[in-house]
Amino acid sequence: MQEDNLVIRGIEIKSRFWIGTGKYKDFDETARVIEASGSDIVTVAVRRVNITDRKSPNLLDFIDPKKYKILPNTAGCYTVEDALRYSRLAREAGVSDMIKLEVIGDEKTLFPDNIGLLKATEILAKEGFIVFPYTTDDPIMCKRLEDAGAAVVMPLGAPIGSGLGLRNPYNLKIILEYSKVPVIVDAGVGTASDAAVALELGCDAVLINTAVAGAKNPIMMAEAIKHACIAGRLAYKAGRMPKKLYATASSPIEGML
Amino acid sequence: MNIKLNGETRETSGGTIAELLTEMEIPRQGVAVEVNLSIIKKADYDSFAIKEGDAIEIVNFVGGG
Repeated sequence: MQEDNLVIRGIEIKSRFWIGTGKYKDFDETARVIEASGSDIVTVAVRRVNITDRKSPNLLDFIDPKKYKILPNTAGCYTVEDALRYSRLAREAGVSDMIKLEVIGDEKTLFPDNIGLLKATEILAKEGFIVFPYTTDDPIMCKRLEDAGAAVVMPLGAPIGSGLGLRNPYNLKIILEYSKVPVIVDAGVGTASDAAVALELGCDAVLINTAVAGAKNPIMMAEAIKHACIAGRLAYKAGRMPKKLYATASSPIEGML
Repeated sequence: MNIKLNGETRETSGGTIAELLTEMEIPRQGVAVEVNLSIIKKADYDSFAIKEGDAIEIVNFVGGG
């Protein structure tokens, strides 16, 4: 198969399946899941160093930054100020200029506060960040984020951790048509078929955490979604047949008795 | 001297950020340090002097989606 890498601001990403590192049993499981996913880009969160137990292991000891691109997020930030603070801390921690920008609007839905998100995107893009904003599946919002300097747009498929799948594939289609930057579905994917659908629609990648961490067998699910993403991407590139209301016979009429 | 480290009041004999990190056995890689809401660049860890009552935050990466 020909190389089919996604290039974002000069950064080459091989995998169409981006994986989150939250909610696993331990770092050993995290490492095994990442390996099984075949992903080369992983998200992480920024939190206080544990100062009471200095013997506790460090996540980065389990994820080789030479092998994987580390995409820090601003999860848990509800204001522009907090999102900026976490982004700048993440960059200073020295992994990269990439930031998965979240400005959350509501605790129950974890839907983004798009007004704050747009402001933060504008500021961080000017500061040289490679901004990956997590947004609602709104084509106009995605366009505004792109205009504000976002490197990609990350519309949600459904609420974070809900596993409901792509609730509005038609909006995603419009976003794909409008966007000049890559479109990565972030949040909502519940199982392998959801990921395949996203890729078949033409999305450039999917970012998944809970569908893997919440599976009975996370390592097996990571592998399943890896295959789904490969299948979905190939199907998209192959170009699906048009849908028709009535039947068309596959076997010839000619030669029948 | 007393400082507020990651939200907790703490006594330290470290005069600089570098000394504080050594005292806490925190490696420089993969962390970021903020003093009174200003980020301290890694290059300044050796020279940046800590003062009594400073609010210091040291963060690193944890699992997240």
